[in-house]
Amino acid sequence: MASAPIVEIDKVSFGYDAARPVLHGVSLRIEPGSVVGIMGQSGCGKTTLLRIVAGWLKAGAGSTRVLGESVEDLDGGGIFALRRKMGMLFQFGALFTDMTVFDNVAFQMREHTDLPPEMVNDLVLMKLEAVGLRGAAQLMPSELSGGMARRVALARAIALDPRLMLYDEPLTGLDPISLGVIARLIRTLNDSLGQTSIVVSHDVEECFAIVDYVYVMSAGRIVAEGKPDEMRHSGEAFVKQFVRGETDGPIKFHYPAPGYEADLVAPAAHG
Amino acid sequence: MKRSTIDIWVGAFVVAGFAGLLFLAMKVGNLASFSTAETYQVQAKFANIGGLKVRAPIKSAGVVVGRVSNVTFDNESYEAIVTFNVDAHYRFPRDTSAKILTSGLLGEQYVGLEAGGDGVMLRQGDRLRLTQPAVVLENLISQFLFNKAAEGKDGK
Amino acid sequence: MWRRLRMAERALFAGLRQGLERLGQGAEAKIRRLGFAARFFVAILLNSGTAFRRFSLTIREIYFAGVLSLVIILVSGLFVGMVLGLQGYDTLQRYGSSEALGILVALSLVRELGPVIAGLLFASRAGSAITAEIGLMKATEQIAAMEMMAVDPIARVVAPRFWAGVLSMPLLAALFSAMGIFGGYLVGVKLIGVDEGSFWSQMQSSVDVREDIMNGVIKSLVFGVAVTWIAVFEGYDAPPTAEGVSGATTRTVVTSSLAILVLDFVLTALMFTGGNGK
Repeated sequence: MASAPIVEIDKVSFGYDAARPVLHGVSLRIEPGSVVGIMGQSGCGKTTLLRIVAGWLKAGAGSTRVLGESVEDLDGGGIFALRRKMGMLFQFGALFTDMTVFDNVAFQMREHTDLPPEMVNDLVLMKLEAVGLRGAAQLMPSELSGGMARRVALARAIALDPRLMLYDEPLTGLDPISLGVIARLIRTLNDSLGQTSIVVSHDVEECFAIVDYVYVMSAGRIVAEGKPDEMRHSGEAFVKQFVRGETDGPIKFHYPAPGYEADLVAPAAHG
Repeated sequence: MKRSTIDIWVGAFVVAGFAGLLFLAMKVGNLASFSTAETYQVQAKFANIGGLKVRAPIKSAGVVVGRVSNVTFDNESYEAIVTFNVDAHYRFPRDTSAKILTSGLLGEQYVGLEAGGDGVMLRQGDRLRLTQPAVVLENLISQFLFNKAAEGKDGK
Repeated sequence: MWRRLRMAERALFAGLRQGLERLGQGAEAKIRRLGFAARFFVAILLNSGTAFRRFSLTIREIYFAGVLSLVIILVSGLFVGMVLGLQGYDTLQRYGSSEALGILVALSLVRELGPVIAGLLFASRAGSAITAEIGLMKATEQIAAMEMMAVDPIARVVAPRFWAGVLSMPLLAALFSAMGIFGGYLVGVKLIGVDEGSFWSQMQSSVDVREDIMNGVIKSLVFGVAVTWIAVFEGYDAPPTAEGVSGATTRTVVTSSLAILVLDFVLTALMFTGGNGK
């Protein structure tokens, strides 16, 4: 059991329409207990890949097995059953703005279980304590800072002790302190609760610090994979550019355009 | 906002809404005037009912004692059969007569009951013998004109 | 010469074809949207279990849709009734039948103005709020988060709002009519001095509970379904951007106002002109 991968994606392709494919034959395996990073530029298909794992989008070709189930073969009810074993942290938290922090965290417990109120109370406070925000239980989401909101969302995502955590850009747009807090929480929650985590991110160093294994994507393909250290010293041109944040490399600084001179002498073309 | 506060407001809203409906039904509409009391059904044949409608009032001495419940046409006598419910509180002799009257010159039409002298009272399903049809304004006017014309001729 | 003519002709036909194509595409998109709206309506009905099993969810939405619309409904009802009193008296006294004022005020409110104006106010007060709320929940990924937590947003978010609107609307319309009749009474009896007894008794003898009041309630129920359906659909279908949500809110008010007026005509034709010509 321990050796069976939590997520196994085999040659998955996907496109919102036939003309613009987003993923081309992506394959990856995620072992139990690991934190895996999926990295790449904006628009390279990493969020799409995450949504395929969550059963949100159906892959056009290839197979996706998550927690031992073949996602393609599940109906709506099966997907919902599978999602109860998953937690997802959205980029901006996506807290329910009409509920207090406490009710946000209690949401899934009240929707999916018949636990008595006292037990829900204890569980919610435990989850909030784990992210250090037990004191904020009665605040509304509008009263929280960005970093705090994301920690509450994290507490909400782990409410029912999911086996697989999906993080969609968890580190984007945070100040350095909040960023460090969230990054450390991802790692410690994963290890202490025995989860497996997928982190989709483009924050190179912060992400490298917490993941065990990295897949680097570009234009819908996985171009490199390995441990963070291997990535740092990779000879692959794109990985080098991505990891070091260089302006020019395989990805050009300039958007494709006709000759500079031709454009300058014929300004009427724009009018 | 706390849930109990919301519950109170919503409760008050629902009560107020139903109070509004009740006000409409009882005070504005005519639900209060007939629904509660028990009634007995009586029929009457009229040669002409004019503009009498279902739910028109039945009055005796100006007091509303019931409502018309049904109007049909009798294929044999070529007359209108008017069925009406009379409030069980009000009792009438068997030889009571029924007239179709109009309130005011152009007002709505109603059935007027005039009590007779019989000792036996009307019961459920009885039929009134003595009826007087509605006065049709057009007939009245033409009759009036006809008489005037006839008078004129005689005078000559 | 001929060549130029032929070219002009070709350009004309190309333009015409393009125009027709665009028209066709527009119509197709509209019809597709209507189909989606109909499927959405069925989905709401099928997923209404939660809204009734956990009625506190619906109660909360009745607070936002119904209770918060109360002030505007009551105040508008009062003033509409007072205007009816003034105008009605002015017209009726020319024919010497000013005691029929009660009938005029009550019938116009109960049959028409109550359901219609309450519906229009409800669309702009509660309908727009429902659209904006659901649209924002979608734009901030709250709907997505709910789906991710294996909770169906149609059952949890949409259906309680829908039923709250449907239940609130008849009550609001009844309060509007009641308030309007009170306003007509204030102006007609207290201010102008129409006889109080004949005001009420004439009203009572002419307003029928089933014919007039029940039909008014049915109208308001139908309007409630239409407005709330449009509101939740526009919210759920709104593009997840600021412009998307604001555009959807405007569309809710415009579409549901039109729907109320058209439905009112259809219902009036069905209810009040059928057979006995009351």
